Amino acid sequence: MQLSREELLQAYRRMKVIREFEERLHVEIATGQIAGFTHLYCGQEAVAVGVCEHLDASDKIVSTHRGHGHCLAKGCDVDGMMKEIYGSREGLCNGKGGSMHIADVDKGMLGANGIVGAGAPIAVGAALSLKLDGQGKVAITFSGDGACNQGTTFEAMNLAVVTKAPCIFVFENNHYSEHTGFEYAVGTNKDIASRAEAFGMKVWRADGTDFFAVYETMRDVLEYVRDGNGPAAVEFDTERFFGHFEGDPQNYRGKGELERIRAERDCLTNFRQKVADAKLLEGTVLDAIDEEVLDQIDAAVDAARAAERPQAEDVLTNVYVTY
Amino acid sequence: MTKMMYRDAVRSTIFEEMQRNENVVVLGEDVVGGMGTAGGPEAIGGIWSTSTGFYDAFGPDRVIDTPISESAIVGAAGGLALAGKRPVAELMFADFIGVSLDQIWNQIAKFRYMFGGKTTCPAVIRMAYGAGFNAAAQHSQSVHHILTSMPGLKVVMPTTPADVRGLLREALRGDDPVMFLEHKMLYGVEGEVPDGDYTIPFGHAKLTRAGEDVTLVATGLMVSRCEAAADALAEEGIGCDVLDLRTTSPLDEEAILDSVEVTGRLVVVDEAPQRCSLATDIAALASEKAFASLRAPIQMVTAPHSPIPFALELEQAYLPSADKVQAAVRKVLDWR
Repeated sequence: MQLSREELLQAYRRMKVIREFEERLHVEIATGQIAGFTHLYCGQEAVAVGVCEHLDASDKIVSTHRGHGHCLAKGCDVDGMMKEIYGSREGLCNGKGGSMHIADVDKGMLGANGIVGAGAPIAVGAALSLKLDGQGKVAITFSGDGACNQGTTFEAMNLAVVTKAPCIFVFENNHYSEHTGFEYAVGTNKDIASRAEAFGMKVWRADGTDFFAVYETMRDVLEYVRDGNGPAAVEFDTERFFGHFEGDPQNYRGKGELERIRAERDCLTNFRQKVADAKLLEGTVLDAIDEEVLDQIDAAVDAARAAERPQAEDVLTNVYVTY
Repeated sequence: MTKMMYRDAVRSTIFEEMQRNENVVVLGEDVVGGMGTAGGPEAIGGIWSTSTGFYDAFGPDRVIDTPISESAIVGAAGGLALAGKRPVAELMFADFIGVSLDQIWNQIAKFRYMFGGKTTCPAVIRMAYGAGFNAAAQHSQSVHHILTSMPGLKVVMPTTPADVRGLLREALRGDDPVMFLEHKMLYGVEGEVPDGDYTIPFGHAKLTRAGEDVTLVATGLMVSRCEAAADALAEEGIGCDVLDLRTTSPLDEEAILDSVEVTGRLVVVDEAPQRCSLATDIAALASEKAFASLRAPIQMVTAPHSPIPFALELEQAYLPSADKVQAAVRKVLDWR
């Protein structure tokens, strides 16, 4: 492990922020505090953080409908996101986007996306822009095992290879595309990365519930892509702790499945175990972070509830720059 | 003034803008052409010859030859724009919006709005539209009404080389996504082009014939059919205003209403089928806002509710003609 103590603490805090952000949203939605469709990232935190800890604001990411984790990992403001999900005028997108359309272009976060598979071509475009700039920056598209079946993803992979775009296709296999099992819907021998390989990309695979596996893998992937070798792909095997959307009864889950993955495949538990075994961080320090994060999320919810609501005249702002 | 063909107006305007602004990037299928062939790059230079010479001048990072992947082309244009570039993507045929529509209407049209105004998406998507080449049902359509219905997009339909230059410059220098629709029957048309670095603001129709009896509203190739009808009718002493809208989003409502207030008679000519079209849109506008001025029911000369047929005779029967426009003008004049 080459991470400093500060880097380890930051990674843990970021994962914990995502976890508690999502756990709290689950409650807020269930109690009717938040409107619309929300898709929670809980369980996949090690992927977003293990990827984004390598990036700075000039690297770009494009996210999915399950995008809160990517946004938080890329540095989007917690309060601004909570306010956005609450539909406040003070939200990151002035209440115009909501959960599925959070973006912060200044942070290199080019948007969550309500259309499954729509992000990959956009990321290739961003990568072509970065290639033209010639600063060794990359664009990353996150896709799930659902999006890997969309034609847009295939088109984007081929375009990236043909143009040698510095684009990384991160496939988060959480085993469910909406309510359908990965083993049914992905025809390539239960494997996504081989598709990218077939398009001519170098690929990696790692355990997405292990922050260290993700982080170390991404070090190699990023080195390869930043060196000008063209695009690459990586498949992370991970878990989705909630349903496709909030309110999903999850009838498709096996008996005891949710309890089992929470007990055996929790990336935060895994992280704590690993740093304890290696005597890198003390449990008390992590407990203190847990407390701080809970307070931070409480404060974000309080702020979101009190934040200014949009007005009817806001409907027509920002449709165009000029019209 | 310089004489120039419509296609050369497209090519030269993009070329000059690429020289002027290093953020302008071109992408699309065969915009270079000949990549990976014995003939080598620049064997084509765009199937409409609208990017000839670009690759040699600006290189592969700014002239990006793509596979046949329309969703990826438009999506990549969106990503380039979000990352600070000014992409000009070519879709070849307007009919291909079908395979790329999500990236057009759910992505680039909405980025700015969904993201709370914190970004712009200055992407220009060019496409050749229109019938007249016997290219049949999937390579001849007019799709402006579909795109005009989408908030967030601007829709431009130049008719002359001079307008191509001014409107395309405006598109390339603006900060909103623009659908730039080039009529394929106009590519070979020559016209006078003013010298100098002029732009034409969107939302300003052009009056190409003036008369006080009937208002004719059209876009693209249909403008010349209206002009032919107006010229023939002028010999009989019937005067027509012919309005070339130039952009359908934004729409120059004022020009239409001002003319109808004088003439009291409106004929809208549209190359697309009538249902949910630009023709019905303008008819609704006039009935809502110029009702008191109208002296006859509004007439619409449009394509029928059918796919575009292949055979020469059938395609001509399908398209609005100057004769059909004349007949519609007589009908509004003869009413009561």
